[in-house]
Amino acid sequence: MALEYNKKVMQYFLNPKNVGEIKNPDGVGKVGNLTCGDVMWLFVKIEKDKIKDIKFKTLGCAAAIATSSIITELAKGKTIKDALKLSNKDVVKALGSLPVIKHHCSLLAEEALCEAIYDYLRKKKRPIPKFLEKKHQKIKKAGNVCK
Amino acid sequence: MEKIYLDYSATTPMAKEVVKAMEPYFSEKYGNPSSLHALGKEAKDALEKARSSLAKSLNAKSVEIIFTGCGTESNNLAIKGVAFANRDKGNHIITSNIEHPAVLNPCRWLEKQGFKVTYLDVNKEGLVNPKDVEKAITKDTILVTIMHVNNEIGTIQPLAEIGKICKKKKVYFHTDAVQGFGKLPIDVKKMNIDLLSASAHKILGPKGVGLLYVNHNVKIEPIQHGGGHESGLRSGTENVAGAVGFAKAIEIAKDMKKEMEREKKLRDKLINSLLKIEGSRLNGSRTERLANNVNVSFKGVEGEALLIRLSQERLQVSTGSACSSKSLEPSHVLTAIGLTPVLAHGSLRITLGRYTTEEHINHAINVIPKVINSLRKISPF
Ligand SMILES: Cc1ncc(COP(=O)(O)O)c(C=O)c1O
Ligand code: FES
Repeated sequence: MALEYNKKVMQYFLNPKNVGEIKNPDGVGKVGNLTCGDVMWLFVKIEKDKIKDIKFKTLGCAAAIATSSIITELAKGKTIKDALKLSNKDVVKALGSLPVIKHHCSLLAEEALCEAIYDYLRKKKRPIPKFLEKKHQKIKKAGNVCK
Repeated sequence: MEKIYLDYSATTPMAKEVVKAMEPYFSEKYGNPSSLHALGKEAKDALEKARSSLAKSLNAKSVEIIFTGCGTESNNLAIKGVAFANRDKGNHIITSNIEHPAVLNPCRWLEKQGFKVTYLDVNKEGLVNPKDVEKAITKDTILVTIMHVNNEIGTIQPLAEIGKICKKKKVYFHTDAVQGFGKLPIDVKKMNIDLLSASAHKILGPKGVGLLYVNHNVKIEPIQHGGGHESGLRSGTENVAGAVGFAKAIEIAKDMKKEMEREKKLRDKLINSLLKIEGSRLNGSRTERLANNVNVSFKGVEGEALLIRLSQERLQVSTGSACSSKSLEPSHVLTAIGLTPVLAHGSLRITLGRYTTEEHINHAINVIPKVINSLRKISPF
């Protein structure tokens, strides 16, 4: 099963981009996947409503690491508004494909990004779009937010 | 790049001698053992010779060896066959919660057919307490099935003690010896084992052939019906080449004591080195452990990721991580010995075998800490 990953996924898994933490980040998203015990932390630096810098740390399978890595690339330079539009489907598409059983790992990436932006807006005391609030509540309720 | 195979508990390469012994039975000696002509007799003789060697290795009689298609089939035949043949005596079966799915799932299926199954807990090292077996036996118990050696953590169960209890209580005792056969001495008479499953592909033999030892006093029914081969317990034209290969494999395993001492030295070198890595722990028993088994958990890494990165470094190993399983659940064995999902997540199984060399182990010792470090750099913990 391990070997069903395509070349691109393997590349991102073996040489992930944007690994690490950001000092004094503007927003942090920490999510976990209760299905298998994976954890992803995402840090963002935001300037003029654009994602200036973004870094991640992930404990998870090869797919989790590859999706974490590619979502940082997809989000970097995007406005908050556009970044919030990124879904796990975009992540899978960007990687070409993922084994079906690994699709839940890409959800982790989407949720971490939303949570990081949510965190940023909350800290800045800026209005939080309704859909984002809803999503945040859903993630929290599912227990997918790590302490 | 040459791969370094350290997953012998999954399967083993075939010994060249085994391949050679089997070859004639694919080509010129292709007879059906049931045929009465010369070609048939030739095949029959080979089959019976193989049966006899395998029987001897267990201190059993030839007629007590039933050839099957694999260890899984042997377990199914033993458990379902005994259950259905002894329904008049009772409907209770005792097993442990660290058995291979090839035991657990037949048991679960029997529960659906109205049988009752007790799944005994094991201690932190993965050992079944024989006293628990004794306590669990009721007047309805017909079968105790406890594995010989665990496939994930290598724990060796106290078969002789359990056998004694089963004999005293007049309950059949089956053991899934797929991981222990050919590696540890087994005497079915001395250990009071009534039924025993083994599989050729774990001991340098071919895939697709297993055996079930059935003591001649055991009441058992076939689960596969047909022409009445294998004393009526397993119909179907015999896998002659497979049986010959299996017998050759057990012949090679005659020096198991020496071989296991060799593997143990390498194994201990590897364990000692891995336990020096920060945030590591050994899963299973240190003493009651098969000489070929290493199972270690590392904090802050996930097994599937570890496995793939190690594969890039030529190492072929295995893990009990939830991410690597179809069900996305951590290994039931690791959970049963008390590992938290987080620790099961970072588990690595390395199993040695006949062709493992010191260089292979040195390579593992060299590469594993590096890969763990690189994954920990990505990990939040
Ligand atoms: C303990 C145990 N039982 C049963 C089996 C199944 O054997 P086979 O692959 O021959 O069906 C295995 C193999 O993984 C095993 O390790
Ligand atoms: S992180 Fe567990 S399956 Fe991907």
